[in-house]
Amino acid sequence: MKFGVVVFPGSNCDHDAWYATTQNLGQQAEFLWHHSEDLKGADAIILPGGFSYGDYLRCGAIARFSPIMNAVRRFAQEGGPVMGFCNGFQILCEAGLLPGALLRNAGMKFICRPVELEVGTTNSPFTNALTSGQRLTVPIAHGEGCYQAEESVLDQLEAEDRVAFRYVDNPNGSARSIAGILSAGRNVLGMMPHPERATDPLMGSTDGRLIFDSLISAYALTSK
Amino acid sequence: MTVRVYVFPKATVLDPQGQAVRNALVSQGHQSVAQVRQGKVFDLQLEGVADAAAARAEGEQIAHDVLANPVIESYRVEVLA
Repeated sequence: MKFGVVVFPGSNCDHDAWYATTQNLGQQAEFLWHHSEDLKGADAIILPGGFSYGDYLRCGAIARFSPIMNAVRRFAQEGGPVMGFCNGFQILCEAGLLPGALLRNAGMKFICRPVELEVGTTNSPFTNALTSGQRLTVPIAHGEGCYQAEESVLDQLEAEDRVAFRYVDNPNGSARSIAGILSAGRNVLGMMPHPERATDPLMGSTDGRLIFDSLISAYALTSK
Repeated sequence: MTVRVYVFPKATVLDPQGQAVRNALVSQGHQSVAQVRQGKVFDLQLEGVADAAAARAEGEQIAHDVLANPVIESYRVEVLA
């Protein structure tokens, strides 16, 4: 399976995502420059963490206008799997591919540490190898990770089983402890935690692998 | 012509920056400060626009599409002389 890792000016987890998918998971990966509209035949897209375009204006607000996002939007509309981690989640929200927005952490501080996540749904290509309620240890590293949306949107996310992950101990004030959500088509995942940083035993947890493993096995089924 | 755009977090949205500023003000003896909302101001210098109405319309569109995120922020547009 081939992953396309988008590189914005200011991305800083692009190499982590490349390393995780190629070295730890044995898949192919290519970097996709933000100024291009060429997805290079990728089977899945990763919007990595970082500070795209300096996060000026709002996190992810400028990245959404980049040429590569036109291609990513089309790819997602055709059902292609798209994952946004941290800044990537913020970009997906700003781009309208996911509902809601990410605000300054309730405690004002940048938080960088492993957190416990609870699996909200196994009904997605990103979570099918997990069990409902399963707990994963995955690091977070963000200052603006407080997920907010209108009450009606939160109700809809829950009614449609689109909360992919919840924090066990909410670190940032996110509404309903939401750590990650799915699009209506279930093929776009946005999450503040960094699963790509939990794919190597050296990093203290390999729980992030389960998310990639889910996607790789889902892809193997559809490409047969 | 200059168009000024004010962007503020919606009243229903938590504003931890405003709260931190408020706490600092209270600790400085300004007991009367009940709430602080922190926002942003943009001054857009427009060239070649026909009149104030056209400038306002362009400012409104820019504010809605780019400067504010309507999910979490509200905005107000003023045309300066």
